[in-house]
Amino acid sequence: MSATPGSLRLWRKRLFSTPAQTAITLAIAACVIWLLTPFMRWALVNATWTGETRADCAPGGACWVFIRARFGQFMYGFYPVAERWRPNLFGLVSLAAIAPLFVLTGRARLRLAIAALLVLPPLGVWLIGGGYGLAAVETRAWGGLMLTLFIAIYAGLIAVPLGILLALGRQSRLPLIRTLSVVFIEFWRGVPIIAVIFLASLLLPLVMPAGVGVDRLARAIIGLGLVIAAYMAEAVRGGLQALPRGQAEAASALGLGYWQTTGLITLPQALRISLPAMTNEFIALVKNTTLVLVVSILDLLGIAQSSLADPAWVGMNMEAYLFAGTIYWLICFALSRWSRSLEAGGPKGH
Amino acid sequence: MRDFDNKNRDDVTMTKTNLTTVIAATAILAGGAAVAQTLVPSPTLEAIRVRGNLECGVHVGVPGFSFPNDKGEWSGLDVDYCRALAAAVLGDAGKVKFTPTTVQQRWPVLQSGQVDLLSRNTTITFSRNATLGVNFQGINFYEGQTFIVRKASKATAAKDLDGASVCVAAGSTEEKNAADWFRERNLKVTITNFQKNDDAIAAYDAGRCDAYTAGVGALAGQRAKLKTPDDHIIMAEPISNDPQGPVTRYGDERWQAVVRWVLNGMIAAENLGVTSKNVDDMRANSKNAEVRRLLGAEGNFGQMLGLSNDWMYNAIKAVGNYGESFDRTVGKDSSLKLERGQNALWTKGGLLFTPPFQ
Repeated sequence: MSATPGSLRLWRKRLFSTPAQTAITLAIAACVIWLLTPFMRWALVNATWTGETRADCAPGGACWVFIRARFGQFMYGFYPVAERWRPNLFGLVSLAAIAPLFVLTGRARLRLAIAALLVLPPLGVWLIGGGYGLAAVETRAWGGLMLTLFIAIYAGLIAVPLGILLALGRQSRLPLIRTLSVVFIEFWRGVPIIAVIFLASLLLPLVMPAGVGVDRLARAIIGLGLVIAAYMAEAVRGGLQALPRGQAEAASALGLGYWQTTGLITLPQALRISLPAMTNEFIALVKNTTLVLVVSILDLLGIAQSSLADPAWVGMNMEAYLFAGTIYWLICFALSRWSRSLEAGGPKGH
Repeated sequence: MRDFDNKNRDDVTMTKTNLTTVIAATAILAGGAAVAQTLVPSPTLEAIRVRGNLECGVHVGVPGFSFPNDKGEWSGLDVDYCRALAAAVLGDAGKVKFTPTTVQQRWPVLQSGQVDLLSRNTTITFSRNATLGVNFQGINFYEGQTFIVRKASKATAAKDLDGASVCVAAGSTEEKNAADWFRERNLKVTITNFQKNDDAIAAYDAGRCDAYTAGVGALAGQRAKLKTPDDHIIMAEPISNDPQGPVTRYGDERWQAVVRWVLNGMIAAENLGVTSKNVDDMRANSKNAEVRRLLGAEGNFGQMLGLSNDWMYNAIKAVGNYGESFDRTVGKDSSLKLERGQNALWTKGGLLFTPPFQ
């Protein structure tokens, strides 16, 4: 963003065109500076960045030493230090597999996407959870940002396909399928997520036969996935209904069956239309992962809160919440930018 | 640890033979089969041995009581008790897994058997005991609402606060308790309301009130956040009564006895002067009969509970007695510097009490 004379003129016209406007601009600028200065002084100027303990921190400034000391826990929870290469490796492999999707086009891109979807999820469970040659790491040791991402991604893997199927089911001409889809969507959309997680985690063990245990984390992910699937279904339905009827009719006229029409004509266009709404749901999902705290799963926010109870670091609330909040914001902001780039690319008309 | 497991198994069989003798003897004396019923092996204890670890429900985070340290290990007064229990039951204080629990989930987690016990800041009350299907196995911390004041004010008890002002969070239980307490005693105390606890303590720190009120344990954590913690004193005498301790679910009385007597053992050890440092010496050389019974040098106290006789030796060796644990987690050796107050032994002006090991 270089300040070309053109853009300068534009800004001057927008902010300083009349004396009254100039006054308002200056007043607002003064307000912002007045509000931000103490914060900046606390967060940056007077802050302590290096050291070992709370005693190293200067009073009146942020104590980022706390975040440094706890960084490993904020990222991985209680995941054993010696095994942290496993989630790291999984992250790298995933990035390496997903990055070409931005470059490739056409069939190659589709093939890679399908391969990644088939291979990556089980690979992640194996690498992080262990077994089959790797040391097992119980899910109660998982935590921090790693767990937040894990929950969001795996709940998303349940929610997106299920949501698409439900949206199609809701449009179906078969009464049974349509009714089942409507009931499912309306039920899961109507219950609070926190209640779903709570019931899945606590009531299930009470009613299930002794010895049959599904992992607490898996229960929370499935519960979260089902609720978000209902929301995704409504987002996709919006896209399907926005398509002109002529699209499907033209496909039938060409002799395409239901699955061909759906897979090749209506769904790809509907998904593109619903992308902003679906991204919205996914961003909500990322933030809703924090609700798993009620069932003893210490995600990024949970581990930050528990860390605050260490007497050695008591009073670090601002630092912990600011750090966790910034990370959530970065994830959600990146997602929204990514979806905008997806919307911008490719053909738009139908 | 193999050896230990085998040893444990031997102990169990040995216990059974001993118990049979005891049962036979008592049955003749008492003339009833009801006695035998109380001596069936504990299913919880069996499950813990098979599993190889204790499952302990703790709090997600209370300064000094339950928190993950920099290394990611759970620590604190309530956590220490779980480690001592693991040492007593399995011979290894490390064989315990923690489930951090929130207020909403603590009871269901215990009731559904996901944990063997809760050891988390939870007040013992009549209605909980009577209606939730849970039993409280003793008191490991006498919590109660009290006041923090500046040392310079010379106030040492709540009754000294006549004419003072107290900062509280509006609508909190603490506000109501304090107002009631002062009204009942005709003390003129100005209660200054704030929206949140954090605002109230900040106002106190800034000198806008003479006192701030909360539970003893909470105040210890709050004091550490003040600008100069050493200038403030937490009043020892609380105005409310909120004792806390380990909780088990109904059933399995044998297990409940283990939970209760490990806590009693830690308190008794402090009273008898047994510490993690002198425990070996005490076991070998002490002439005190109760010390010898506690540490397994005399009698079969561990076996009577279905444990090995060195149960309390293991617990004290690994975790220390109650006083050591208190000092390390919330007391003078921690950054919270909480005074013993009501949590001192009954022989030292406190309320902490244990029945005898006889």
